[in-house]
Amino acid sequence: MLYREAGQFKTNYRADQAVFPIRQDFIGIAALLAVLFLVVPFTFNDYWLNAIMIPTMIFALAAIGLNILTGYAGQLSLGTGGFMGVGAYACYKLVTIFPEVNVLIHILLSGFFAAGVGFLFGLPSLRIKGFYLAVATLASQFFLEWAFGRVAWLYNYNPSGAIEVPNQYLFGVAIAGAPASSVTRYIIVLTIVVALALIASNLVRGRFGRAWMAVRDMDIAAELIGIRLLPTKLLAFSISSYYAGVAGALMVFMWLGAAEVESFDINHSFLILFMVIIGGLGSILGSFLGAAFIWNLPILLRAMPKYFGADINAATVEHVQFMIVGGLIIFFLIVEPNGLARLWSIAKEKLRRWPFPY
Amino acid sequence: MSAAEAVEANGAQEKILNIENVSLSFGGVKAIRDVSFDVMKGEIRAIIGPNGAGKTSMLNVINGFYHPQEGSITYKGETRQDMRPYIAASQGIARTFQNVALFRGMSTLDNIMTGRSLKMNSNLFWHLWRWGPAENEELDHREFVEHIIGFLEIEAIRKTPVGRLPYGLQKRVELGRALAMEPDLLLLDEPMAGMNLEEKEDMSRFVLDVSAQFGTTIALIEHDMGVVMDLSDRVVVLDYGQKIADGTPDEVRKDQNVIDAYLGETH
Repeated sequence: MLYREAGQFKTNYRADQAVFPIRQDFIGIAALLAVLFLVVPFTFNDYWLNAIMIPTMIFALAAIGLNILTGYAGQLSLGTGGFMGVGAYACYKLVTIFPEVNVLIHILLSGFFAAGVGFLFGLPSLRIKGFYLAVATLASQFFLEWAFGRVAWLYNYNPSGAIEVPNQYLFGVAIAGAPASSVTRYIIVLTIVVALALIASNLVRGRFGRAWMAVRDMDIAAELIGIRLLPTKLLAFSISSYYAGVAGALMVFMWLGAAEVESFDINHSFLILFMVIIGGLGSILGSFLGAAFIWNLPILLRAMPKYFGADINAATVEHVQFMIVGGLIIFFLIVEPNGLARLWSIAKEKLRRWPFPY
Repeated sequence: MSAAEAVEANGAQEKILNIENVSLSFGGVKAIRDVSFDVMKGEIRAIIGPNGAGKTSMLNVINGFYHPQEGSITYKGETRQDMRPYIAASQGIARTFQNVALFRGMSTLDNIMTGRSLKMNSNLFWHLWRWGPAENEELDHREFVEHIIGFLEIEAIRKTPVGRLPYGLQKRVELGRALAMEPDLLLLDEPMAGMNLEEKEDMSRFVLDVSAQFGTTIALIEHDMGVVMDLSDRVVVLDYGQKIADGTPDEVRKDQNVIDAYLGETH
C-alpha cells in the first residue's frame, strides 16, 4: 500500500525520465539525505564517524568509479587502488606547490590527474578484452605502486616515504590535518560523494551511459550502430579514474591523514572490485550498498562478542571474522549473483504488488 | 504497386548500392567469390541461398564488418574498396542480426534510444548535470523513439529489460533499434528465423510498412521461401559463395540452378 506508483500519472517525457519517477523513492532519498546531513553529524560520536561513515562514503565513491568502468562499460579493471593513489599523490603535490589554494579545490582537481593516467592505461582496451584487459590493468597497478614507492619527488623526499596532510583551514575552520574535527570532515566527504554520485547517475542515464552499456552488452552491434568503441571506452576509463582519484585524495586528506604505498596496493583494488560485485554491477545504488556491506561487516562481527558478553580473544575473533565474511560473500553470490542492488529492486517490485503474489 | 515498380514508373532507376566482383576469404576458405549485384532505391531485395552460402558474410561486407580482398562497393554514388562500420552507420546503413544482438542489460526504450546515438551530439558537460541541451536532446529523441515504439506496437514493454522478453518481441525491438537510426538502407538478417506463423505475419507486415511508410530500402536474408517470394521485389541467390541467380521472385523460382542448389543435384 505504501509503495505503489498507481495514480502517479506522467504527462510528459521529462517527468517519466526523472531520476526517481516514483514519488515514494524521491521522498525516501530526501529523508535519507536529511538524516545523513542533519542528524548523523550531531548524534554519531567520533568513532562512528571515523571508522564507519567516512570510510564507507569514500569507498562508495571509489566503487562508483569502478562501477562506471566495469559495471556499465564492461571493462574489467584491477587498477583502482593505483588510480586512487594517483589522486592522493596528485593532491599532495598540488597542496605543496600551491599551498594558498584551498585543499577542497585540490581534491577535486587531483581527480583529473588520475583521469589522465586512467586514459593512458585504458588505451590497450581497444585490442584487449575481459581477463586479458584485467591483466593489463594489473600492470598499471604494479607500475603505479612502484612509482609511489620509488619516485621520491612524489612524497617530497620525506625519509619515511609517507605523505602527510598539512593543516588546512577554510574561513577559519580546520578542514584537513590534525585539528579538523570528524564532523567537519564527514560533512565535506558526504557533500562531495553525494554530488559526484548524482553526476554519475546523470551520466549513466544519458547518451554516454547508453553507449557504455551498449559496448558492454554487445560491442559488435554497438559499433554497427555508430558508437565508436575506443572513445567510448577511454571516456569510461577517464571518468572512472577521476572518481577513484577523488576517492583516493579524500581517503588521505579527510580520513587517514597520512598514507604510503601500502594504502594503494593491489588489495585495495580487489576490495573495491568486491564491493562492486557484491553491491551490483551497473548500479550506482549498488556501489553504496557494496561499500557499506564489505566495509562494515567485519567491524560488526568484531563488535559482536563484546555485545553478547562473550570473552573471546582478539585473534580468534579475527579468524572467525574472516571465515564469516568469506562465507557471507559466497552466500550472497549464490542467492543473488547480481548483487545487493538487485535484491533491493526485487524487494521493491514485490512491494509494488503486495499483497498479491503477482 | 510495389516500391520498385513505383521507381520504374518514374523512369529513374537509382542504385543505392552496387556490389561489384566482391571476393572474401578467410585464410583458405572462400566465403564469397566474385559476386556482383545491386540494390535499387526503395526496393525490397532478398538474398537467399542454402546454409553457408555466404549471405551473412555479404551483409557483413556491406556494413563494413568484413573487408573483402577484391571488388568494390558503391554506396550512394561513392565507390569504396571496403566499408567501415562507423562510415556505414553514419551514411545510413542499419542492420539486424541473425542471432538477436540486443543490449540485454538495457530496457526496450534504452535499446531503441541507443539507435539514436549518431543523431545525438550534446556534449559531456551538459550531460554531467543533465540540464539544458542534454535534457532537451534526450526529450526530443525520446519522442522520436516513442513513434517507433508505437509503430511496432511494443508500448507495453518499453520499460522491460530486453533479456526478459520472448524471442519474437526481441526481434521486433531489434528492428526498432535499427529503425531508430532512420536508415536509408536496412539490412535484415533472417528477421523471421525461429518465429511461429503469427509472428512471421506480424514481422512481414512491419517490413512492408517500413518500406511503404519510410521509403527505406531493405535488403533481407530469409529462409522462408513463402515470405521471400511474397515480400521481395527482386531476389539474388547465392550458393557456395557464388551468385547463381538474380531476378524477380518468379524468375528465380523457375531457375534450374536454384532448384538444383536447394534440392541437391548429383555431382
